[in-house]
Amino acid sequence: MGYAAMSDQDEAAKLHVDPGAVEEAAKFLYIRALKVLPDDIQAGFRRLDATESDATAKTILATMIENIAVAERTDNLLCQDTVIPIYNVLIGRHVEIDGVALKEAIRRGVERATREHPLRSSVVHPITRVNEHTSCGPGVPVINIDFMETPRELRIEMIPKGSGAENGSFLKMCIPAVGVDGVKTFVIDRVMEAGGKVCPPTIVGVGVGGTSDLCMHLAKVAATRPLGSVCPDPEGAKLERMLTEAVNALGIGPQGLGGDSTAFAVHVELAATHITMNPVAVNIQCHSARRATATFTPRGVKIGF
Amino acid sequence: MAHYDFDMPVTESQTRRLRVGDTVTLNGTLYGIRDATQIHMFDRGWTTRFDLNGHAVIHTAPNVRKVARSPRHPAGYAPVCIGTTTSARMERFSRPRMAQYGVRLIIGKGGLGADSARAFAERGGIYLAIIGGTAALETTWIEAIEDVDLDDLNPESLWKFRVKGFGPLLVAMDSRGASLYDRVRTTARPAAPGHSPPWA
Repeated sequence: MGYAAMSDQDEAAKLHVDPGAVEEAAKFLYIRALKVLPDDIQAGFRRLDATESDATAKTILATMIENIAVAERTDNLLCQDTVIPIYNVLIGRHVEIDGVALKEAIRRGVERATREHPLRSSVVHPITRVNEHTSCGPGVPVINIDFMETPRELRIEMIPKGSGAENGSFLKMCIPAVGVDGVKTFVIDRVMEAGGKVCPPTIVGVGVGGTSDLCMHLAKVAATRPLGSVCPDPEGAKLERMLTEAVNALGIGPQGLGGDSTAFAVHVELAATHITMNPVAVNIQCHSARRATATFTPRGVKIGF
Repeated sequence: MAHYDFDMPVTESQTRRLRVGDTVTLNGTLYGIRDATQIHMFDRGWTTRFDLNGHAVIHTAPNVRKVARSPRHPAGYAPVCIGTTTSARMERFSRPRMAQYGVRLIIGKGGLGADSARAFAERGGIYLAIIGGTAALETTWIEAIEDVDLDDLNPESLWKFRVKGFGPLLVAMDSRGASLYDRVRTTARPAAPGHSPPWA
């Protein structure tokens, strides 16, 4: 059945999303994500605090936990880094929105959050280093658009990605002959090299396979997944369990000052790759692992993590 | 492990006493400095009217709100959220900061490298670790933005903060060459149970 054959009833059952509502949501999500840490990350802190054996590390974790409460009490940002804003848009079936208007609305939301809160604009032109003071610039905010089965639902996830952790991004086009051991070695070496610079305890995102760009994107998806989520591929899930254990045996600890709590978890995402290729990417998320989500349905807009 | 309360600025003999593992709380003046600030000061010949001699600098670019100048906001800026950034990017500026401006304490996260450690030994400098990503808390230690220079670089201006009870901060690199980061680097154990090769 072609689109033209869609009945009036189906047409009426579509979710129409207004760009104005997207703009408001984009603005709201940016500010909320910078202020409220998701439940799964807060639970992750409690878990690390309960098992940490190093005295300095325990003090640092306690200060991080206190900071979450201070941010809530004073309605302030958790971290001074107002980041490069990333928006992941998931469009379900029977959703109608003008795609160009959607992207413009997100950008306007980012500009308004920056001016109206106000937030420090951390975004500059890469060559001139000029700051437009809008948190926007060429190609920024980053907007990823994908589709899902869920009917009459549109989801906008806002990910603040801080620069200290984003600078902990690495790609290696390993060769097939080094196998999965080459992948493991690369991840461990990069986590050691990053040390305290990436603001541990972290979520280490690992991309395995794909093309170079897909591999890097998978690492970002892995780094920004909720704690407790597991790679859907059983081999990927096995690798993330093994690497989580290995990374937390390093002794880097919170802020790189020693201890057991180097990472909340290592997350792996994978994609098929070429017979000649064995790519691995690392993208790290800091302990201020922030997210916020708006879900548009026919009943209204729901805010969550 | 001792704790020190410093009213800024401090003398070299005060900082020479500090050892890694000690903690320090600052009161009075604190300067904020960052990548672009130092690129302009040390690579492009910009100068500041501030006297940094004996003072502490924190690696930061704050969130601020523009307000009318008043006794409470003498620079026309109110603090919104002020924290720290990764220090390692600014490693090559430690030495000129100390040599040309007499900076005595550097505050940031993630630590500095070997050349900074040598400069600390020569000039009685100290690296104080503040916890990255805990800016909501640190903002409560800042009383006011007293002044700002090189504001063309905003938000990477040279900021003059008035602080009260700014800490405790951990002495992570001292003037005898000791570094908590080096200790962690040399003891990091790249091993996992049941997986010796290839990183054992």
